[in-house]
Amino acid sequence: MIRNMIGFGTGVLFGLGLAVSHMVDPGKVLGFLDFAGDWDPSLLIVMGVAVVVTFIAYRMAKGRSTPVFAELFQWPTKTAITDPRLLGGSAVFGAGWGLVGYCPGPGISSLAYFAPQTMVFVTSVVVGSGLAGFIPKARIPVVSGTP
Amino acid sequence: MENFTPISALIGGGLIGLSSAFLLILSGRTVGVSGIIAGLLPPEKGDAAWRLWFLGGLILGTGLFRVGSGDGVETLVFDATMPMIIIGGLMTGVGTRVGGGCTSGHGVCGIGRASPRSLVATLTFIAAGAVVVYINRHVLGV
Repeated sequence: MIRNMIGFGTGVLFGLGLAVSHMVDPGKVLGFLDFAGDWDPSLLIVMGVAVVVTFIAYRMAKGRSTPVFAELFQWPTKTAITDPRLLGGSAVFGAGWGLVGYCPGPGISSLAYFAPQTMVFVTSVVVGSGLAGFIPKARIPVVSGTP
Repeated sequence: MENFTPISALIGGGLIGLSSAFLLILSGRTVGVSGIIAGLLPPEKGDAAWRLWFLGGLILGTGLFRVGSGDGVETLVFDATMPMIIIGGLMTGVGTRVGGGCTSGHGVCGIGRASPRSLVATLTFIAAGAVVVYINRHVLGV
């Protein structure tokens, strides 16, 4: 129950942050990705401030044995940086991001604007993510020796 | 840089940072939005409900701002046509799942915990996005 409330509260904060910073507008995001045009660095500020706050929280978490309302911290375990899944997946995502101007967070949060484009985008993301969940990991070659 | 909005970017970034900070300190999770979605496809018993609450809150948070500011749907500016949106959405779904994160997962949570892997992912998707925008706007002239 408490974990659901934390999920809800953090979701509201996230959705507010995306709306306040105009990151819900695909045009604003494309303005950031358009380095050769009239470049808009706003996204960099949003990400930079969010990273600093998260970094402080991360340092605080390191000083605790457990989270406040859960039994353990669940840290990602992979560390390889030459992982073809990481690079290939991120490149495919980035190309899709550049095509539309939406990443998953703003896509979902801006459903609040009831634009048909947003609904089509979110449906496509869910279908894509659901389908990718079926891709057997072994079929994608892992070049680095790290398990 | 006519469209640069540093003040709202600072406030919005702070709120997004607090969201990921609370999720980490209170629930012990470091996940972004694509990871929250991926964990529902398919849902795992005992680990699904909070994800739905998060996504509901995400929409409500933006909805509250929309109501408070009186912004209409014209706030969202789309360059992309519907077929491009479908292709871009599918690529986003597949790419974030295979790559293990999106702008929030790798870009905020991952870099926030100083993960080199997330920094590499973030630079990769920003570069790929920039290439596509460059081609669209400066080569094809869409």
